[in-house]
Amino acid sequence: MAAMTREETQALIQEVLEVYPDKAKKDRAKHLAVSDPAVEQSKKCITSNRKSQPGVMTIRGCAYAGSKGVVWGPIKDMVHVSHGPVGCGQYSRAGRRNYYVGMTGVNTFGTMNFTSDFQEKDIVFGGDKKLDKLVTEIETLFPLAKGISVQSECPIGLIGDDIESVAKKKAKELDKPVVPVRCEGFRGVSQSLGHHIANDAIRDWVIQNRDGDESFATTPYDVAVIGDYNIGGDAWSSRILLEEIGLRVVAQWSGDGTLSEMELTPKVKLNLIHCYRSVNYISRFMEEKYGIPWMEYNFFGPTKIAESLRAIAARFDETIQANAEQVIAKYQAQHEAIVAKYRPRLEGKKVMLYVGGLRPRHIVGAYEDLGMEVVGTGYEFAHNDDYDRTMKELGNGTLLYDDVTGYEFEEFVKRVKPDLIGSGIKEKYIFQKMGVPFRQMHSWDYSGPYHGYDGFAIFARDMDMTINNPCWKKMQAPWMQDAVAADQPQAAAG
Amino acid sequence: MAMRQCAIYGKGGIGKSTTTQNLVAGLAELGKKVMIVGCDPKADSTRLILHAKAQETIMHLAADAGSVEDLELEDVLRTGYAGIRCVESGGPEPGVGCAGRGVITAINFLEEEGAYEEDLDFVFYDVLGDVVCGGFAMPIRENKAQEIYIVVSGEMMAMYAANNISKGIVKYASSGGVRLAGLICNSRNTAREDDLINELARQLGTTMIHFVPRDNVVQRAEIRRMTVIEYDPKAKQADEYRQLARKIIDNTNFVIPTPITMDQLEELLMKFGILEEEDESIIGKSAAEEAVAA
Repeated sequence: MAAMTREETQALIQEVLEVYPDKAKKDRAKHLAVSDPAVEQSKKCITSNRKSQPGVMTIRGCAYAGSKGVVWGPIKDMVHVSHGPVGCGQYSRAGRRNYYVGMTGVNTFGTMNFTSDFQEKDIVFGGDKKLDKLVTEIETLFPLAKGISVQSECPIGLIGDDIESVAKKKAKELDKPVVPVRCEGFRGVSQSLGHHIANDAIRDWVIQNRDGDESFATTPYDVAVIGDYNIGGDAWSSRILLEEIGLRVVAQWSGDGTLSEMELTPKVKLNLIHCYRSVNYISRFMEEKYGIPWMEYNFFGPTKIAESLRAIAARFDETIQANAEQVIAKYQAQHEAIVAKYRPRLEGKKVMLYVGGLRPRHIVGAYEDLGMEVVGTGYEFAHNDDYDRTMKELGNGTLLYDDVTGYEFEEFVKRVKPDLIGSGIKEKYIFQKMGVPFRQMHSWDYSGPYHGYDGFAIFARDMDMTINNPCWKKMQAPWMQDAVAADQPQAAAG
Repeated sequence: MAMRQCAIYGKGGIGKSTTTQNLVAGLAELGKKVMIVGCDPKADSTRLILHAKAQETIMHLAADAGSVEDLELEDVLRTGYAGIRCVESGGPEPGVGCAGRGVITAINFLEEEGAYEEDLDFVFYDVLGDVVCGGFAMPIRENKAQEIYIVVSGEMMAMYAANNISKGIVKYASSGGVRLAGLICNSRNTAREDDLINELARQLGTTMIHFVPRDNVVQRAEIRRMTVIEYDPKAKQADEYRQLARKIIDNTNFVIPTPITMDQLEELLMKFGILEEEDESIIGKSAAEEAVAA
């Protein structure tokens, strides 16, 4: 079945909206749209980054999730304290697959949970003394930690604890950064504000730490990879390519990243932005304060990789540009073989995506390299600048859904009948039980990496083994199959 | 008789704690079994009954013990003059933590531990001046205090606070059974104070249940950390508190208040000469500017 026309998509949106009460309908209508590549500004057709409607099932997280879970958490040689009651940290512990190297518990701490474990008395009498004490304990138990971040859970903001003064005092005592982060979960409408707050904390407490220190030997080819969280090793398979074209990756933010790398970032020549949504704030700041330009790139699928490598190389001299061409040529046979193997098995398959702040547009090219089409896409917490970028990647008439509700997503899938859905753990089992092949596109379903040429091989294999898995033909119960068999005699055996 | 739960509110410094303890002493003298629950981090609601500087509070004991679950009722409950039971919720020093949560935790603890199941006639909650957050409204939520007495005087800000508290009562009256039970005038010897408070009470839809005159014996007793009734049972002021106690026992006039607007309040104050007719020409003028004009 071909993709839907603009009119069909528009009619589908209207039909799905019908079930809502007037007020909710009016609100949700603004978040559902038909993509039009000709529209320059997405705000003309879609609203985003607004409060979710009460009563719907939204997939969004909170500011704490955006700061602790996304931006700060992967900085591996710091201890990130979940400041407040135990649950926020404990039930999200090691929940993101941001790989790192190091000896956990000795010089890296990524998968551990540190919490101040607030009790009633800490709420009533304040938690500053406890925070002071636990920072001292961290220093005693984990002296190789390069710094500490204090990730505020909701109660910290409610009772007005002065974590900044504790942080300043302890930073002086320990002679290492102690960073207070005001990422209380009730702030903002999604995890997006948490990214911004985390960026601001880096700006205020980290980025200027080596201003005036010229001891770091720089080169004209220094870059930083910003906004790659190294899910399943993504940043590593990206870094290979950047190094192969002759660039020096000074810092990786924040997957497999370190405090020292963050502090050195103002020394680089160019910031390479992967997840624009979560790091555009600090990138803009470095542009303003240090004059470091930034650019976005996309390492999903050979088409976008080649485009991005050329665009990155264009910011440097001819040597780098020649290197980029060599690297692209070097991998050509590899990805052509992948396409030759998988494209016949995936050609024409339709995909619906619903992910966080980047992948709903960035992966489109990789699917297209395999002959697949993205027929619907949407973000949990994007802003309009993300949708501006998204509509350029999509065909005319693609369904867009912002902060989609559980109901809408299910209804869209029932009508659009995609061959594959790419979303998160909360959606996975609903759609699998509906008989629709599903891939987790936050965690890569415990696979990955998907970035770079190496990642494309894994991506293609994963999509194939999901879509073409024999299990989908066995979704019908045996006693129901008899009825089907009457119509289709060849299926009766077995 | 079923246990009656009463909460005392009023502007800070108006004499809530002093009035509460003296009137509770009056109730106890009449043979009533009473408990005072102090809901103020300062923990000064029971000192006149216990002859203590400040009672050890639920929250401080809980902090020392580890958590409130580690406490027993007998750890926090003290018995003072005439068998009056005393408990203080306690809370943080000013500027840190969450005092409101302290009140909530303490009252939940008392309920769970069965402090209210005793053979009590009255429970009095003595609450911090302003209902600044949900925690300080805890005593007037469902299944807690049903009667609210507002301590007030003829001073403008005290009456302003009384009106604001009435607004709060309206909110909780619709969701629960809480009612305004009357104003207690704790006299500051302002002019025509009793008429003024009677009029305010009338406008709020309630009554001035008693006019407590000013008497230095209250301070003399207070220095000795005693109520007037205990310190000098024959004093005239002791009889005033006894009268107040009797009126509260007999009180059946529980209403949803009808708070008045700021304009109505100012009108009332002008009528009694507390506030002068507004002179628009002086607004925003400094003393220096006025001197030049004169």
